[in-house]
Amino acid sequence: MCLAVPGRILSIEGDDPVLRAGRVDFAGIVKRVNLSYVPEASVGDYVLVHVGFAISTVDEAEARQVFAYLKEMGDLAEIEEVPS
Amino acid sequence: MRFMDEYRDGAAAEQYAIALARITTRPWTLMEVCGGQTHAIVKFGVDALLPPEVTLVHGPGCPVCVTPLELIEKAIEIAARPDVIFCSFGDMLRVPGTATDLLSVKARGGDVRIVYSPLDAVDLARANPSKQVVFFAVGFETTAPANAMAVFQAARAGIENFSVLMSHVLVPPAMEAILSSSECRVQGFLAAGHVCAVMGYTEYEPIVEKYKVPVVVTGFEPLDILQGVYMCVRQLEEGRADVENQYTRAVRREGNTPARDLVSRVFQVVPRKWRGVGEIPQSGLGLAEAYREFDAEERFGVADQTTDEPAECESGRIMQGLIKPPDCAAFGTRCTPEHPLGATMVSSEGACAAYYRYRRLGFVDAMAGAGSGASTGVGVGARVGARAEVPVGG
Ligand code: SF4
Repeated sequence: MCLAVPGRILSIEGDDPVLRAGRVDFAGIVKRVNLSYVPEASVGDYVLVHVGFAISTVDEAEARQVFAYLKEMGDLAEIEEVPS
Repeated sequence: MRFMDEYRDGAAAEQYAIALARITTRPWTLMEVCGGQTHAIVKFGVDALLPPEVTLVHGPGCPVCVTPLELIEKAIEIAARPDVIFCSFGDMLRVPGTATDLLSVKARGGDVRIVYSPLDAVDLARANPSKQVVFFAVGFETTAPANAMAVFQAARAGIENFSVLMSHVLVPPAMEAILSSSECRVQGFLAAGHVCAVMGYTEYEPIVEKYKVPVVVTGFEPLDILQGVYMCVRQLEEGRADVENQYTRAVRREGNTPARDLVSRVFQVVPRKWRGVGEIPQSGLGLAEAYREFDAEERFGVADQTTDEPAECESGRIMQGLIKPPDCAAFGTRCTPEHPLGATMVSSEGACAAYYRYRRLGFVDAMAGAGSGASTGVGVGARVGARAEVPVGG
């Protein structure tokens, strides 16, 4: 129910902030999505969409942190395992 | 799909599993709050990758599951009226009321429609001025901005034949209710990432302070959940209790400000009954005074009706993390997705339905494929997520 799916904004229309909407591409499936809650998002950005509304922009720089964290842990473990 | 598939990588999952096993020295019980996380955990077998000391219990985070019987009864009564088009997210249609459900109302000729977005219901109202269009506004904080916008737009456009049956619930009061129970087993929480995408996570700071339990804002893909578990266990092992954010690609500390603003304008905090749990103070959203004319309960005169819950279903105890679905005597026998006794067996995110779908035969799916068992004793397929769906709905 709280599922939100990432999609890429293809186009944006509407001058009225409340009616701001756009076409969003979900790996080939294109849907019309209300964009009034992501005023900062522009064409090409990824947004998380829930029941027809973008609720957040996906931060591309942060998207790698799951993997960076993993690498950091690996490095730490190696340091710890080195006998002193 | 970008931003989904890469978080289902089996090799990275295995590394998380190994790292987790390395830091875990004692038994810990964590609760994932959101039903979407429960679904992913059971579907991908994330729990099978955890060290034996770490137990995940499933939280109350499925709005379909916690909608009280009373509101289902009201929905059924309103939907059966000849002048009404009743709109709902699909999951609500099979939730059992006392004697029937919304799907049966539809089969008997009621105009019950599944909508993808609450704005679809507003469009239906615009297109059918001679009908009363009612939207069953269920959901957590994630869905509140969408439902608030539907009411706001209807009000602005002067659409008088639109109303909402409000069944909105809030996560932090439910977490507090769980923590303050004398039976509470939960030592740390994975908070629901999409709730936090809207609300941010400042609300958890006083909870962490008061109950000394770590809260880690966590996403929905297997690697997100594994990292969330790791961060939570690390806090516990180090004797810390902080709010941390695993889901940084989608969640900012303050949440989504425009969304929160509209929610607090259209809705107000009210006490709410939770199915199987009972009333929790300040745990729901109702319409704010200025939008009361859109309240379906008042429009159709059902506001004062009450209904008691049946005793057999144990979903309330499951959602408080006290038992797991197979512990319920009715599980898989008197209660199945075809003939559900409780809402947790209906919703695809309900804990009982997830266990029925993926665990009934006792096997652990997808993630725990064949392969070399690491220190977890479970092999991980090269790429998990064999059944990647393209869900674009709620
Ligand atoms: S198995 Fe059915 S009866 Fe038992 S707790 Fe789950 S929904 Fe309720």
